[in-house]
Amino acid sequence: MRKVFSKPASLSDKPFHYCPGCTHGIIHRLIAEVIDELNIKEEVIGIAPIGCAVFMYDYFDFDFLGGAHGRAPAVATGVKRVHPDKMVFTYQGDGDAAAIGTAEIVHAAARSEKITSLFINNAIYGMTGGQMAPTTLLGQESTTSPEGRSKEMAGYPIRLTEMLATLEGTVYAARVSVHDVKHIIQAKKVIKRAFEIQQKKVGFALVEVLSTCPTNWGLTPIEATKWLEQNMIPYYPLGEIKVPKEV
Amino acid sequence: MTKVTFREERCMGCELCVHACPQRIVTMAKHINAGGFHPATVVQQDKCTGCAMCALMCPDVVIEVEREEKQ
Repeated sequence: MRKVFSKPASLSDKPFHYCPGCTHGIIHRLIAEVIDELNIKEEVIGIAPIGCAVFMYDYFDFDFLGGAHGRAPAVATGVKRVHPDKMVFTYQGDGDAAAIGTAEIVHAAARSEKITSLFINNAIYGMTGGQMAPTTLLGQESTTSPEGRSKEMAGYPIRLTEMLATLEGTVYAARVSVHDVKHIIQAKKVIKRAFEIQQKKVGFALVEVLSTCPTNWGLTPIEATKWLEQNMIPYYPLGEIKVPKEV
Repeated sequence: MTKVTFREERCMGCELCVHACPQRIVTMAKHINAGGFHPATVVQQDKCTGCAMCALMCPDVVIEVEREEKQ
């Protein structure tokens, strides 16, 4: 018997603390699989965010640092400049990267820091209890927009990946989703590419991953994957937005 | 010959694997695990094709899939 699927070696054995059906776990597993395939476990340093994934250092069997809220790209800049041969990646949610940490991620991209940045977009603040995020869709209900986000009151959702792709320093920008098996396989390929770009020292690589938040969306995990497909993908189109010539 | 194993103590009963399985053989067990969830399980192992789609969809890395080598 040959194992065709088992826990990747880069994941520790600690069970995830995420809510049932939360796709953070899938994204964690994809990162671990990519790190195993590239055989970089001994040289990778992750920067954990503030948000639901704040304890992610417990789940991986390699080095981690925790950044202050939104400051993961700034911490990653320091780590990468001191250790240019290490592989450094950040993992941030939409409240972290698109709200409080916008300045940090914009300038890390503008400086073309040679890091890989993962931006997990679930269109809501998860950990703090389902408040409206900059990525919350128009009409979407949250605890601070109980009648749905209105453009008069709260403006429009930010497409952070497209915004950062306009910067010269961003060499790779892509958006993927993990709502079904086909998209999970595609997401893994894109995350792997973003790490390979860092290995080639080309510049700032960003991958946005559309994720679900069944608890704060008020849906079952299966309804949440459908909601993502029907509502988020039309506003946040999937695909590679910017690809460098060298890769 | 394939074998699919569920580490049921990790399962949170989200049922994403139930919908990912093309053979529709993943079901939720009647008992509850230490976390208080009904864990996912496969009773009809013989119908499993070893595609690992349940394992790819699982957010909690519960599932392990083994397949016999082709001769």
